[in-house]
Parts: sequence; structure tokens; C-alpha cells
Amino acid sequence: MSANEKLVDVQHVTVEFHIGGLVGGTLLTAVNDVSFSLESDKPEIFTLAGESGSGKTTLSRLLLRDLEPTRGRVLFEGRDLSTIRKRSEFKEFMKKVQPVFQNPFETFNPLRRVEAYLFDTAVNFGMASNRREAARVVDDALRNVGLSLDEVRLRYPHELSGGQIQRVSVARALISKPKLILADEPVSMVDASLRMEIVNLFQRLRDEQKVSVIYITHDLATAYYISDRIAIMLRGYIVESGPVEDVLERPAHPYTQLLKESVPEPAPKKRASWAKHITLGTTEVKEYGRIGCKFAGRCPQVMDICRRADPPDVQVGQQTVKCYLYSGHGDKTTAGAQP
Amino acid sequence: MTLLSVQNLRAYYQTEAYGISRTVRAVDGVSFDLYPNEIYGVAGESSCGKTTLIKVISGNIKPPLKVLEGSVHYNFGDYQVDILQISQDELRRNIRWKKISYVMQGSMSVLNPVRKVIRTFQDIVDTHEHIRDKKKFLEQMRAHINQLGLPTEVLNAYPHQLSGGMRQRVAIALATVFQPALIIADEPTTALDVVVQRGVLQMIKDIQARSNNTVLLVTHDMAVHANVADRVMIMYAGRIAEEAPTESIFNAPLHPYTQHLIQSLPMIGERSTKASLKGTPPNLADPPSGCRFHPRCPYVMDVCRTEVPDLVSVKEHHRVACHLVKGGSL
Repeated sequence: MSANEKLVDVQHVTVEFHIGGLVGGTLLTAVNDVSFSLESDKPEIFTLAGESGSGKTTLSRLLLRDLEPTRGRVLFEGRDLSTIRKRSEFKEFMKKVQPVFQNPFETFNPLRRVEAYLFDTAVNFGMASNRREAARVVDDALRNVGLSLDEVRLRYPHELSGGQIQRVSVARALISKPKLILADEPVSMVDASLRMEIVNLFQRLRDEQKVSVIYITHDLATAYYISDRIAIMLRGYIVESGPVEDVLERPAHPYTQLLKESVPEPAPKKRASWAKHITLGTTEVKEYGRIGCKFAGRCPQVMDICRRADPPDVQVGQQTVKCYLYSGHGDKTTAGAQP
Repeated sequence: MTLLSVQNLRAYYQTEAYGISRTVRAVDGVSFDLYPNEIYGVAGESSCGKTTLIKVISGNIKPPLKVLEGSVHYNFGDYQVDILQISQDELRRNIRWKKISYVMQGSMSVLNPVRKVIRTFQDIVDTHEHIRDKKKFLEQMRAHINQLGLPTEVLNAYPHQLSGGMRQRVAIALATVFQPALIIADEPTTALDVVVQRGVLQMIKDIQARSNNTVLLVTHDMAVHANVADRVMIMYAGRIAEEAPTESIFNAPLHPYTQHLIQSLPMIGERSTKASLKGTPPNLADPPSGCRFHPRCPYVMDVCRTEVPDLVSVKEHHRVACHLVKGGSL
């Protein structure tokens, strides 16, 4: 692997789903011309944020090769994921990219002991050839998340707390020594008093194990807390991306501004600004079908051109913003480089 | 005047299977008052007894849930009642939906997926008050929906055609049809996105401000309480840890658990390291002795392990159950 090779390189990816009957029906573009990349020599936490239906999960399925893009390419360490055909190659890929899911109690079968999954993973990925060796591998992975094999041995999922079992599911992902972890809403089901331990864990993995994390969430407060870079998604588009401090402290896109304003702050003094009334979309389908900027229907600074064509990507400071406000009304397209 | 007065309520889940009996002490000695014209927030982690408390005060008590002790006294002005003492029939006829209504987390399960929204309205209204004039009913419902700022087309839509936020607002509209004195909202925005959450909570606030009724808002999200509630109660392991006006809870929390909850909230623009509490929420089938928070408390003392702290008033409307606080009569 050459030094400047990207760990993950998503190039102009579009995913379309056909909704409805065989003859009629409509096309729904769940992910629309999305590009981003993660460097392989610099581990980082990259957040994909957006409301439900913004395409975050579709994008994560693409990265896990659970879905193939309609157009565009997803490269992992320089290899196009759609060229992986052989089972052995796919296994190699799975070893390097591991998922952590939202609800840890659904990740594990309630009738099986949790350590069974850890041993299975170790043996299936060839990290150990027998149970005795596997025990060492499993224990190592559990110690990375602040647990040990003795603590979880013989335990069923319901005997562990939400925070513990989510850490076990991170440990399971770590067994194959991955380079990338895809965490899809990993803390939204975990109790408030235990949430920060999971979040801190991802930071520690990045710093100590050199694992990159793609953190998918709708919670901007934790995203700000842990991530290095963030991409805000809206109806399939990345509307704004860049370093997390820039994007969330000085949001450029009107949608990001609305999002940031809508995060309730735990400070009763700031109630007044949060209580300012907003308009909500009635149905989701309406916004997906919109021509031009998907936010045009709700945007306070909407212009005529926004309803006619897709806005270009514009570089504003450190951020890349998909908005006509920064492109000189779209007359001369000064589209910035992809991040 | 109080709208609702809960006194020393103990509600346990008692099960017996294969000769093993088990008691889960979900609500254990809870007393509080609700006043007309306020939004009262209840916060706490999962399995701290929030939902059990709601079940009891709405009179929805079915085995294995049992009320061992206490009273739940309502004063609706013209009509006063202890909800634990009346029959299910009276509850259905006079109280449910007319005096107390309920907004749930998953609005999809409130609306019938195979019928238009208006049919669900019709079913519910018909159950409580027989509809004589269908035309007049339709007009009333349109006016009601308009008053809440929703488009009238939603009445003719099927639930799946609406977005999650719109469905939740329809569920709120359904809960306010009879202008109830108390609306109980159990995690009404937990599954929603921040922008939609803001819209739904604004609607709840507007309704409350217009009809001057009481809203009991249950959510684990402290940031929501900071922006919506007038008073907040913090529950821990089936008991009240602290209760105070929202300003005091956030600016001067007294209970170590409340302090942790507020300090551990991540905020945009602030990057200090936040820690989790050690340990895990207690098992209510076998709760710790003394103060139930003591195994996780950073300031634990000997007395905490043996004696249950009383909920004492430290200031007006500020009550806290902790041995560290000696302001009241301890």
C-alpha cells in the first residue's frame, strides 16, 4: 500500500431505489452524488449526521458492501468494492471493516451467552485456530474496551447493562483487528449515565489502536464532542462538510444553521431562541422529489435558482458547502474541490 | 390548589413463576403534587420507574403491577376523585381521555395503519361521547386540527403517508380533542430528529399556554427539560432524587446524581472531557440498601449505606433526598 492511498474513498456515489409496483412506481434517490474520503495514515473519527431519511444508513450499507451503488465507486484501500467477488476476498475485507449497531440487545441472541459470539468471530476470521487461543484473542479485545473475559464469561445479554453490552459489541468488532469501524447510532439506546463511556471509548480506539471510526448519528452534541470531521446529510446529499469545530460553531449552510439551532441546550437561559417557531415538512416524499436544493421549501434565504437546479459544492473557509448563497448566485460556478 | 396529589405511592411488580416469586420495586415511596397550568418534567434513566409511575397515576394498573400503598388524588374542580379507588367503568366513562389523556412514544401504534386518520378520531370520540351529527363532528375536527396549526389534509391521509413528526403531532391532536386537564406525554420526541423534535415540543407548549392545562412530560433527555419544563423531578431507582423549578435544577443541582446528569451532557462549543458514572443502574428486584444511589455516588458516606435519605425541602419548591444536604429537618 502506497503512503498516499486512501483508507476509504467514496467517489460520486448515487444509490437509487425503485419504489412501487413493477410497472409504475417512482425512483427514490437515497444517496445522491456523495464523495468523501478517509486517509489511511491518519486515524480519525468522521461523523455522518442528518435526520432520518437523509441517507446515512444507506451510505453505511454501501461501505459495508451490503449494497452496490447505482453510479459511482466506493474504494477501500484502493480496491473497488464491487470487484470483490470471491468469498475469501470478502472475508479479508470484512476483517478490516467492522460494524457496531444501534441496539446492543438486538445484536446478540438473548438465548446465547455473549462470549459465544466473541469466540465465533475469533475462529471464523481465523484469528485463532482453537478455543484456547481464541480465549486470549477475545480477552485482548475485551480489555481494549475496559472489560475482561472473566467479567462476561457465562453471561447472557440481559445480565449486562446497556453500556456493558454495547462495549462487548465494540469488542466483538475489534477481534479481527479492523482498520475501520462503522458505528451506526451506537449510543442512542444506551442510558444517559453510561453514554459517555462508549463515546470516550471510540476516542481511545482512535488514539491507541489507530482505528478510524465512521460515526453515524443524529445527535450533534456527541458528534461535536468526539469527531474530527463531520458531514451533514440532507435527503441524500452532503450539504456541508469539514472540520467539526468549523461546521458546528460557524455553520454556513442554512440547513446546518437550523439543525444547530434546534439542538436543545441544557441551559434554561437560552430557552427563548429555541422556542422560535419553525416550519416542518409534511411528508418526506415531497422533499425527495424536489428539483434543485432539497431544502428550498424550508429555507429562509431561498432564491429562484434554488428551485431550478442542484447547488454546486463551494469551498467556504474550511468547509465545503452545497449552497447557492456562496456561489455568487450560481452564475459563475466556482465549485470547490471535493473534500 | 393542586390538580394531582400523589402521596407515598408504592407500586411493585409481583410475579410468581415456577415457584419463584419476584418483586420489582418500580415505584417506592413517591410523593409529589401537580398544579394547574404548568409543564412538569420527569427525568430518569430507563428502568427507574418513570413509566410505572405514569401507569399508576393514569389508573392503568394491571397485574403483575400492584399498588401496595399510597393515594393518587385528583381535583378537577367540579369533580374530585382518588383514581385508585374507582371502578374501571367510571374511569373510562368520566376520566380517561376527557380529563387525562396520553401521548405515547410510538405514534404509529396509536393510529390504525389501515384506516384514514379521521376514522381514528371518530373511533376515539365515539367511544367517549356518542357522535350524533357526523357533519358537525367533521367540522369540529377540522377546526381542532386547524387551531393546532396542522393542515386539514392530514385527516384524509393514512398514517404511513405522514412523516414521523406529523404523525406525532396528529397523536397530540388526538389527545387534546376533549381539552383534558392533564396531558401525559411519555417520551413524545425520543424517536424524532432534532428539528422535528423542536416542532413537536413547541406544539405541546403552545397547547399548554392556550388551554392552561397541565402537561406531565416524561423524557430522559435533560436538554429537553431545560427548554420545555417549568419544574423537573429527577427519579432514580424508583424514588425521587430531586425536584425543583427548572432554573434551580440546572443552575444549582444538589443531588450528586442530578449534578452528574447535567455535567455529563455534551454541548456544542465546549470540549472538556465528560465521564460516565461508574457502575450500572440498580436492579429494582434487589435494590441497594440505604440510599439507592450509594454504590455509584462519588461522595458516599457510611450513613448512605444503611439509612434511606428523606426527601426534604431545602428551599421553596426544591426538594432533595441526600444525606449530604442538611438544609431541611434531617
